[in-house]
Amino acid sequence: MKPDSRFNTLVKSTKDVNFTLFGEVVTAPKGSTLAAAILSHSGDAFRQTETGALRSAFCMMGVCFECLVEVNGNPNTQSCMILVEDKMVVKRQVGLRQIGICEND
Amino acid sequence: MTDNQPEITIVGGGVVGLSIAVGLLQSGHKVIVLDGNDNDARASFGNFGLVWGQGKGWDFAPYAKLTADAIDAWQNFSDNLNELSGLDVSLDQKGGFEFFTDPEEFKSFIGMLEIQKGHSGNRFSFETLSGDELRKQIPGIGSKVVGATFSQLDGHVNPLRFLRALQRSVQALGGKIRSNTIVKKTESNKNGGFSLTLANGTLISTEKVILCAGLGSMQLANQLAFKTNIRPEKGELLITEKLGSELPFLSSTIRQVDEGGVQIGGTNADVGMNDSETLSDMVDLARHAVDVYPALSNVRVLRAWGALRVMTPDGYPVYAQSEECPGAYLITCHSGVTLASLHASILSDWIDDNIKTPNLEAFNEARFKI
Repeated sequence: MKPDSRFNTLVKSTKDVNFTLFGEVVTAPKGSTLAAAILSHSGDAFRQTETGALRSAFCMMGVCFECLVEVNGNPNTQSCMILVEDKMVVKRQVGLRQIGICEND
Repeated sequence: MTDNQPEITIVGGGVVGLSIAVGLLQSGHKVIVLDGNDNDARASFGNFGLVWGQGKGWDFAPYAKLTADAIDAWQNFSDNLNELSGLDVSLDQKGGFEFFTDPEEFKSFIGMLEIQKGHSGNRFSFETLSGDELRKQIPGIGSKVVGATFSQLDGHVNPLRFLRALQRSVQALGGKIRSNTIVKKTESNKNGGFSLTLANGTLISTEKVILCAGLGSMQLANQLAFKTNIRPEKGELLITEKLGSELPFLSSTIRQVDEGGVQIGGTNADVGMNDSETLSDMVDLARHAVDVYPALSNVRVLRAWGALRVMTPDGYPVYAQSEECPGAYLITCHSGVTLASLHASILSDWIDDNIKTPNLEAFNEARFKI
């Protein structure tokens, strides 16, 4: 946990998972949501809006869409609605997501 | 004018009522708009925002012409709203597609557009593209699409911002919008004018009354001896997350709002006043969108809703003045967004019955008489 996180984790777990958060391998208690794991690790923003503003998790119950991150390549994932998993790769959601063009389907 | 004695009272504060209010206010009339509440069906909160011509009036020439007039008038209307409200409704008339996955439906729609073109002369034109031509023109269109029609006149607006721009424009012009107001009774006075009784007991006395409350018009329309039946037709739609990528097309079923989200719609169901969404329709909508543009397959759907279209028996607009109660008007249509540009302009000439009055005879109630 970084000193600038103002959150203490309440999950009592004997097991930890390791995941990659914004390029850094970090540890979180198994059973915590990804949003809780990010909050308790650092005070860093989860995402950057289209206009450049920084945002972090707010409602923690799937409503506000502020906790969006990219999880294992999936953009705009609500981190408060999933549990943190071993080897997860979590990146900051920057701006709106893009879609590609399917040349063949 | 006191609040309870307006010159003209518009019952219905949706897209239709507010557009008419803008036109009447700009012609110098004193207008009050009575808006209902969120328990009402409120088609103006659930619609798709198309400014659309394809298919409109193919079997009724006056409607094809009216639609062509409305599309022509939209740029001016949008500029006018921008000036009055300070809001840009994001009018985008870049042309629109109708996509088909069924060859028979494609063929029959082309036939309809040929007839529509016949009604409208050089004011409506369209192109027909095979699936392969389309995929060459727009990379990423799915292999299940057998063809499309394209009209360069079709377009869209941001529907919710449009509603807000109308509300602000009415207020900027000195019109009053009274919300949470339910009209229980309308009576024609012996010596002219009308008395409206509100649910809270307030009495409003007015020279002219215009009913444009969508599905809420029916009861009041009966009291004023109108003959039109209005029925609900449910449509469902999906809203995706906002995308940073621009969708390379506009269609009547798949469109990207200027803010980035994609609306997917187009179902219709005859289920009375029930506007709840159904899983099977949502699945069909999602499948259609992915068939047309497979890159949408991993895009998240954030919201889905049903809303009720306001349908006359034949689907065409009604512009009617009551024969028994002159000064009472019933105005109802399905395409309240497309036709708004006319509702805010020539309709006030029609209500004034002045020298510029348009000929709207084809849209009166005579066609529903038994």
